[in-house]
Amino acid sequence: MAIRERKARTGAIPEGGMADIAFLLLVFFLVTTTIDMDKGLGIILPAEGQELEINKKNILNCLISSSGAVLLGGEPVELKDLSRRVQEELKENDKLIVSVKAHEKAQYDVYIEVLDQLKLAKATRISIAETE
Amino acid sequence: MKFKRKSGVESKISTSSMPDIIFMLLIFFMVTTVLREYSGLPVSLPKAERIEKLESKRHTSDIWVSKDGLISIEDKLFNNDDVRHVMYEKRASDPQLTVSLKADQAARMEIISGIHNELRKADALKLNYSTKVKAPN
Repeated sequence: MAIRERKARTGAIPEGGMADIAFLLLVFFLVTTTIDMDKGLGIILPAEGQELEINKKNILNCLISSSGAVLLGGEPVELKDLSRRVQEELKENDKLIVSVKAHEKAQYDVYIEVLDQLKLAKATRISIAETE
Repeated sequence: MKFKRKSGVESKISTSSMPDIIFMLLIFFMVTTVLREYSGLPVSLPKAERIEKLESKRHTSDIWVSKDGLISIEDKLFNNDDVRHVMYEKRASDPQLTVSLKADQAARMEIISGIHNELRKADALKLNYSTKVKAPN
């Protein structure tokens, strides 16, 4: 019985597939990483002990009741009308400061919606009063 | 006049350094992605239109507020009065700190107001109410 001679094998790892493997890894990581960007309404709180006296004429009170109703300057308004109303007020007095005051049992989403509407009306001077 | 024959230059792009380039890309993506560190509380965020993106995740600290009024920072529950100590330390170590408030839409305003006060005491004044995107109607 004749013993066959083994073929001479080279010991090199094939490099051709390397790029494909690396690409696969790259695609895997790109797909699995979820970029959850945080988005939200930005606001700068006033520093502690920085209460200013403001002329009553320049304050527009915006009250949020416990049931979620919104009062603007003493009158009830619908949430979707709020930005238009504030815009009108701002047109008359550009020094106007909108003071948002919420009842302590009021819901957070109403407050966010009010802030959103104020931003929509381009009211830059927003004051957050403490709850009552 | 005789034209010289062009020398036979091979026009192949060398592919031997391809894996290196792709590994570089891979490492770049792995280093730049910041993984979520804390799981927080289950909240359903409110929706808003006029939202802005947070500048950097590295300078952001999250406060979760559930609808039952639980306050969680870095997966630890805190009382309202202890928030200031935690946030003060964070503010001291990172002056650019932005606080991202992830509060449930059914949370009560007394808790939110309490956090406002605590943040003012801790001098962490940049606040961001985390919201979802609402399509403008």
